[in-house]
Amino acid sequence: MESWQTRFKTAFSPSSRQKYWIWARQNLLSTWSNVLLTLVSLGIIATTLTALGTWIFTQAQWEVVTVNLRLIFVGRYPVEQIWRLWLVLMLLVTVPALSWGVMQGWGRRESAWGIGGGAGLVGAITLSNQGLEPTAWLCCITGIALGSGYLGAWSQQQPWGKPLKTWLPLLWFLTFFVMLWLISGGLGLTTVSTTFWNGLLLTLLVAVVSIVLSFPLGVFLALGRQSQLPVIRVVSTGYIELIRGLPLIGILFMAQVMLPLLLPPQITVDQLVRAIAGLSLFSAAYLAETVRGGLQSIPNGQWEASRALGLSTPLTLSLIVLPQALRTVVPAIVGQFISLFKDTALLSIVGLVELTGIARSITSQAEYLGRYAEVYLVLGLIYWLFCYGMSVASRRLELPSGS
Amino acid sequence: MKAVKSQPWNHPKFWPWAAQILVLGLIGLLVAYCGSNLVANFQQKQLSFGFDFLQSQAGFNIGETPIPYQPTDTYAQALGVGIVNSLRIMALGLVLATLMGTGIGIARLSSNWLVRQLGTVYVELFRNLPLLIQLMFWYFAVFLSAPPFEQRIRLLGDLSLSQRGLLLPNFLPRVSLLSWIICIGIGVAIARWVFRTLRRRQLEGEPASPWFMATITVIFWGCIAWVLTKEFPWNLELPAVRNNNITGGLLLTPEYSAILFGLTFYTAAFIAEIVRGGILSVPKGQWEAARSLGLQPNLTLRLVILPQALRVIVPPLTSQYLNLAKNSSLAIAVGYPDLYSVSSTTFNQTGRAVEVILLLMATYLAISLTISLVMNLYNRRIQIIER
Repeated sequence: MESWQTRFKTAFSPSSRQKYWIWARQNLLSTWSNVLLTLVSLGIIATTLTALGTWIFTQAQWEVVTVNLRLIFVGRYPVEQIWRLWLVLMLLVTVPALSWGVMQGWGRRESAWGIGGGAGLVGAITLSNQGLEPTAWLCCITGIALGSGYLGAWSQQQPWGKPLKTWLPLLWFLTFFVMLWLISGGLGLTTVSTTFWNGLLLTLLVAVVSIVLSFPLGVFLALGRQSQLPVIRVVSTGYIELIRGLPLIGILFMAQVMLPLLLPPQITVDQLVRAIAGLSLFSAAYLAETVRGGLQSIPNGQWEASRALGLSTPLTLSLIVLPQALRTVVPAIVGQFISLFKDTALLSIVGLVELTGIARSITSQAEYLGRYAEVYLVLGLIYWLFCYGMSVASRRLELPSGS
Repeated sequence: MKAVKSQPWNHPKFWPWAAQILVLGLIGLLVAYCGSNLVANFQQKQLSFGFDFLQSQAGFNIGETPIPYQPTDTYAQALGVGIVNSLRIMALGLVLATLMGTGIGIARLSSNWLVRQLGTVYVELFRNLPLLIQLMFWYFAVFLSAPPFEQRIRLLGDLSLSQRGLLLPNFLPRVSLLSWIICIGIGVAIARWVFRTLRRRQLEGEPASPWFMATITVIFWGCIAWVLTKEFPWNLELPAVRNNNITGGLLLTPEYSAILFGLTFYTAAFIAEIVRGGILSVPKGQWEAARSLGLQPNLTLRLVILPQALRVIVPPLTSQYLNLAKNSSLAIAVGYPDLYSVSSTTFNQTGRAVEVILLLMATYLAISLTISLVMNLYNRRIQIIER
């Protein structure tokens, strides 16, 4: 391993300077039109960066964000109960880290990402004057997450590691309910009404619950559309095409307005439940088309081979076809999840106070009128980090071929 | 050997039929349950079903009215305004997003490293942000935060950006447009014939330049049109500003500009990825084969690469077009009176949930079906014809 001094020296030695020049000549300056393009691009970059930099450091007033940071993340969740949300965050980071350790191993790169992310959050929190408590929580959570990543990787070298890998889905399942319990309360904790679940908390919750609910429905619809049975095929196709022809906002509106009309008057459905119902029903149609792509990629020989082995249709589907089909479309399913995550922003139009909804209420605070750009920039950053993170993770994730 | 008694459920057709009847039964039960609840709820709230409310006076104002409308007009007229407003956004958005997306998609394949990186940054930035956030950013942070008209940001001449919106030149059709259309139509028809004849001759080995002659034909008929009418069919009308009064030109309101920019920038990021994937899907050997046949680079692109790439591009492009059409309903977030926004106001005033939703569904389904029909026809034209 060479030291950074030698690396620095080789990077700027005459021979490597020549190398850079050759690279630049080939990639930036090969023809006259290319030179022109390079200049135009440099111009665009310079203008954008200077304008953005000047605005961020001199004109923007970040007070509107720092004062409302708690509102953005958890909304009007009772302050004395916020420790429960910190625990949720801890689970939210620990379980994926553990799974990543088990599935992919835990090396330097993962630690660097973990420490970088943790340090970034701690830095942002410290810069925005939130006091000592969040910093302490974040440091603690980062440490535990790193530890669980290493634990996951280490467990795979132990004899008891294999069953852990098999039982991971169950762990996720249980974690989800524990988190739901921590958020909503009951069973010894103070109950917190759903009207106080706002901000990023609500966005994440709605996104996760909707995708979990829409997944089985989507798979059933995809199977139905591929089915040999005419009634089932027509019903599935009709549902998928109907939903895909409508805008999401129309479906959410329908869920808010029509659902109470379609249920007996004595049953009242929570606004949050109606929103989740709308999102899941919407997402299932799109997921069905994704899964159908996977089903179509399975060669007919697989069906014939399993029939020759004497497996019935349900067994063939659940043991042979679906596992293969779902594995090929995992990236597309992640893409679907990303778009569902983005779509949760629409809930603010039908009156839920999730991340976008809270932004609307912040920009209408009398003392921060007109501070739109600051709020939407921070909001955009949060959404972007989640979406981009998911897409990068799905590209990096290599699924074991044998499972 | 004991004879096995044949049970009905062992019959190979039994389970498929049972499953179908079960599904039908469940759907029937669901419909009956929801229907009876709907009737009960209607009776309890003393609502009635019917579309006659469309003929009563709407009484609300609409910000942008491309077709005549006053608050004293009917709900039907108001919804008509909404539909036209929606179509206005969709049409321009589709064209601009396609152009911009194609440009960025090609930029991502550029041989210039910097251009490629810029394209990647654009795509990753705009694809991973919710459209609603982008719309609100455009509306609140850009167009509403623009300076008042007196201190407008001048872009070029009298074209400007201010709180009143984007001031752009307008294309006005003249009376002679009809004569122009007829002349050019005749020209194109003759040019087609000329092109086919010359192309056949060219393929038989005789020297001929079909493209050149066809173009000349169209230009010739354009000249005839010019001689007949002595004017251009379009009048490029530049806006003029005197004492802060705008005359002429095209003023895009902040609402329209915000939704147009938001939809275009968002959809362009997706279209760019589709275009890039399509061009990458053409094997490298095709470029090399075309070059070894002596085809020039632009001919290679037009005759060899594009026809093959289009086959891959068009199906996902169709679904992006549909997304753009559906996403235009987010206009309500910036207060642009599109179909969804007008319907929402109508529902709030009349309380006719079922009727409004039915109208909304029917209109959006009709628009979606039209787009996919047109795109499928186009798709069928460009697909490989297998012999």
